[in-house]
Amino acid sequence: MSDSLYSWGHYPDKPQSGHPSNWRDDLPHLLEQVSRAYGGTLPYGNGRSYGDSCLASTDHVLCTRGLDRFIEADWEAGTVCAEAGITLAEILAIAIPRGWFLAVTPGTQFVTLGGAIANDVHGKNHHVRGTFGKHVLSFGLLREGQAIVCSASSNMHLYSATIGGLGLTGIISWACIQLIPIRASQINSSVVRFSNLAEFFSLSAELDHQHEYSVAWIDCLAKGRDTGRGVFIVGDHAQFGTLEVGSRSKLRVPFTPPLSLINRLSLQAFNQAYWHVHPGTSKRVRGSYEPFFYPLDRILHWNRVYGRLGFQQYQCVIPDDVADVAMREVLEAIADAGHGSFLAVLKRCGDIKSPGLLSFPLPGASLALDFPQKQGLEKLFLRLDQIVHEAGGRLYPAKDAHMSGGHFRRAYPAWEQLEALRDPSLNSHFWKRVTE
Amino acid sequence: MKRILIIGATSAIANACARAWAEQGCEFFLVARSVEKLELTQADLTVRGAKAVTLYCMDATDFSAHGPMLESCIATMRQIDVALIAHGTLPDQKACEQDVSTALDELTRNGTSVIGLLTILANQFEIQRCGTFAVISSVAGDRGRPSNYLYGTAKAAVSTFCEGLRGRMFKVGVHVITIKPGFVDTPMTQGLGLPVALVAKPAQVAKLILKGIDKGSNTIYVPGFWRFIMLIIKSVPSFIFKRTNL
Repeated sequence: MSDSLYSWGHYPDKPQSGHPSNWRDDLPHLLEQVSRAYGGTLPYGNGRSYGDSCLASTDHVLCTRGLDRFIEADWEAGTVCAEAGITLAEILAIAIPRGWFLAVTPGTQFVTLGGAIANDVHGKNHHVRGTFGKHVLSFGLLREGQAIVCSASSNMHLYSATIGGLGLTGIISWACIQLIPIRASQINSSVVRFSNLAEFFSLSAELDHQHEYSVAWIDCLAKGRDTGRGVFIVGDHAQFGTLEVGSRSKLRVPFTPPLSLINRLSLQAFNQAYWHVHPGTSKRVRGSYEPFFYPLDRILHWNRVYGRLGFQQYQCVIPDDVADVAMREVLEAIADAGHGSFLAVLKRCGDIKSPGLLSFPLPGASLALDFPQKQGLEKLFLRLDQIVHEAGGRLYPAKDAHMSGGHFRRAYPAWEQLEALRDPSLNSHFWKRVTE
Repeated sequence: MKRILIIGATSAIANACARAWAEQGCEFFLVARSVEKLELTQADLTVRGAKAVTLYCMDATDFSAHGPMLESCIATMRQIDVALIAHGTLPDQKACEQDVSTALDELTRNGTSVIGLLTILANQFEIQRCGTFAVISSVAGDRGRPSNYLYGTAKAAVSTFCEGLRGRMFKVGVHVITIKPGFVDTPMTQGLGLPVALVAKPAQVAKLILKGIDKGSNTIYVPGFWRFIMLIIKSVPSFIFKRTNL
């Protein structure tokens, strides 16, 4: 048993005791043992969920990171099966040299396979590939003492409840996923600055369908006519080049400072500089996939810069028809409050439906930004929630530590189906908060 | 492409080494007690690029099983380029103090079984006149400490045996490397509450072990800073050392 596991945001301050699982064949016994001893548990992968969705209501989690073995791979068809605790980085390390890449990758490669399914993560290519869950062929689920195989054709109800099911339907012990073929590990990208939100939407309408990847960074402190200015980034897998696994040297935040290093001053300086270094006209860049997909993975433990109180990420998605108006309101509220983050990420989500019951994305615009935890944050969040809610949007459970039960239940009407399929021995602080 | 025999193949350090070798396309003969865990390891190594993986179920404390295991290994691989001896447990020191048979069992598991295996393997290596023995000992064998001197005794025996064996095998072109890990984050050490700053990951340790094997090192501490920690621990005079609870 190891002590003091947290979520990535280190908020709420609910340290978890971890019970490590190292072998798939020992998992049923361990699950039963931990549930019996502590009255319940929750699977915990690599601790990359931001809020309280990865924290067990009993504060005793079952750590799956030790389940990191491959099971089978077919390099003709590009399918790979592995245990749920393997990270996406570990999958890429063997897939890239053989000419394959993840069909969908989130902004960090340090999430586990099980976590990627349980949160139905998405990436910069949502508009063309949908969510991670869309590429999950099958998985093994251990629930109520039984090992079940779920896929789009067998145990369908558990398949869709588990994709985006926040680890509540059972422990995902292994999964098979479909990869996409690549010719080179490099990404050809192009970057262009835009000076307000309207320009973002027109760039997105013009460029998204031409490129595999598309995302924008927003200067969340810009006000008035500059509101929503930022940098638009599109990219595609290079057609020529080498198949190399990334091997960037890593920096590390060695300890947690008592106070957040992200404050008004440092934010202002960063946001100004970042906007100004990018060109007004489109610039083409070719580089390794790592800095393109995973800029923050370069800095190990970057979450520590927010100090001991931690931080919260706010990620919402707003439906297309009102996206421009509501997103503007959201950004104005944030700029007025003067809170904000280095990387505010804006992205248009497409209309590819996920098999997951509680999948987050919907056709519209998604905004994500980090806020250092401090007094007064609830007030801002309340205001933002109101805007998102009225616009018919929703928040991302994987990032959340604050949303109200009422908002959650309205935004995710399928929650009752998930509750009905929840393994009674599994529950999270998040789930209790939004359903009770 | 190396041909590799691993005893205790399901241990975390051995597994990490095997993964690194698998990426080089090596061939394996894996020996451990649990057939289920061996099969999980076999699948993993195969996906990672291993050329062939043969499994063999054996309890290392069953000395009569050593000979047939080696015969089967030679029949399969013809030659052994690296023999990694990695099996072992972390005994409960208190239990070993209370019960002689527990103490002797642990001594067998961590000490004499290794010596038994190395003895018969040495004769095979003498015939093939090439290859490397990589033996996982421990920093615990460098000095007897009250908290785990039974384990320390077994590992001291292993280290000393390896040193002698190295001298014998050198003459026939066979190399012996003694590996002394410090704290490693493995199932064996889970729940011990070890100081985080000193705990290494198995993959990091494996990288150093492979490097040591390739370089032909004699004794390596993994990670390397343990050499200095143990130098200090070894130089504490007994009249002080006996008063500590290390």
